[in-house]
Amino acid sequence: MLVLDILSAILLLAGVFFGFTGAVGLFRFPDFFTRVHAASVTDSIASILILLGLLLQTQFDLNTAKLIFILLFLMITSPTASHALAKSARHGGLLSIPEADQKKESP
Amino acid sequence: MAVLIDLVLMGMLAITALRVIFLKDLFAVVMLFSIYSFVSALIFVSLDAVDVAFTEAAVGAGISTVLMLGTLALTGRKEKESKHSSVLPLLVVTVTGAALVYGTLDMPPFGNPENPIHQHVAPRYIEESPKEVGLPNMVTSVLASYRGFDTLGETVVVFAAMIGVLTLLGVRRNEDDGAPESGLQSHRVLHVVAKVVIPYVILFALYVQFHGDFGPGGGFQAGVIAAAAMILYALVFGLPLAQRVISPKFLQILAPLGVLLYASVGLVSMLKGGNFLDYNRLAHDPLHGQHYGIIIIELGVGVTVFAVMLSIFYAFASQAERSNVQ
Repeated sequence: MLVLDILSAILLLAGVFFGFTGAVGLFRFPDFFTRVHAASVTDSIASILILLGLLLQTQFDLNTAKLIFILLFLMITSPTASHALAKSARHGGLLSIPEADQKKESP
Repeated sequence: MAVLIDLVLMGMLAITALRVIFLKDLFAVVMLFSIYSFVSALIFVSLDAVDVAFTEAAVGAGISTVLMLGTLALTGRKEKESKHSSVLPLLVVTVTGAALVYGTLDMPPFGNPENPIHQHVAPRYIEESPKEVGLPNMVTSVLASYRGFDTLGETVVVFAAMIGVLTLLGVRRNEDDGAPESGLQSHRVLHVVAKVVIPYVILFALYVQFHGDFGPGGGFQAGVIAAAAMILYALVFGLPLAQRVISPKFLQILAPLGVLLYASVGLVSMLKGGNFLDYNRLAHDPLHGQHYGIIIIELGVGVTVFAVMLSIFYAFASQAERSNVQ
């Protein structure tokens, strides 16, 4: 049990670390697309790591199955949400920084 | 540790509320409201009120955000500059707030087991409801059986909300004049994922509906979750397709049907010689009668909430589409 506890603690801490870096990236990155990138990538890995850490804390019963379902659901929906967000911004005509610079120089 | 978590959550709640006051961009305000609901749901979880948290997350953060975004699509996303002086409103708010804070001074200390609320009906529910109603989830016993009248009233209020919205906005008739199909046509990823996810969301809604006797959940949450699945369908594949799956007319039948189902349980128990909503009379064994009654009225609540939420969404969305076309 001790091995599992240590492993779960490592996973949880790693998840918290990635979640924190994602939050920092959300504030520090310069434009929309880089921010979505920072938030979505770290969000996915953080939720996976935290849920894996929680899985190791269960007694391998119904709660384990529920956590696995949540994990699967998040792995499908969270990247999709980020994708939809970025794509809608693209359709709405938002340009990334290099593209906006190019547009400024060329016209 | 628990106090620390509570303090952090309360702090986040306060910060969100302050941001809502000072922001002028209504789109951001709606998203902040959603965050506010999520944080309050977390607070409810930390207070061990899982049923309430479930409802708050589903209704506050889920459906009402979508409905408010639908309203913004009709009205515009910038707050109007007020031309009135803000001194008098500020005064009124300050005085009211001070009176409320003064009122809290008389409240019994938080979490004290000697408080009146823990002395009055709560012990009776906790001691007697396993014998009288026999459900593992005491919240459902209280909500559906002891407070059956209140819940009937709530269901009627939800139904009245639908009547209000439909009276104000109206329902657009299905005019198949080749109007451009909306929806996110080019979002192939969204299409695929929505197709995968929606059946499971509906399955989960059914689980919440019929598992409400044994765990957190019940008709309100289930109705909202099922409506959210259909709203997702309408957002991704376009309103006309969604209205072909579940037409607004059908919803207008479904919504009163749920209320009537609820009330008819009361009438049947009256016919069997009991009081209105006296489930003990529904079967020979009072405990079985309680189970039948609760399952049926929860179904009525679920049907009404589903129909009302979806038709309110239809009303907003069809208005928005019409104003886009013009």
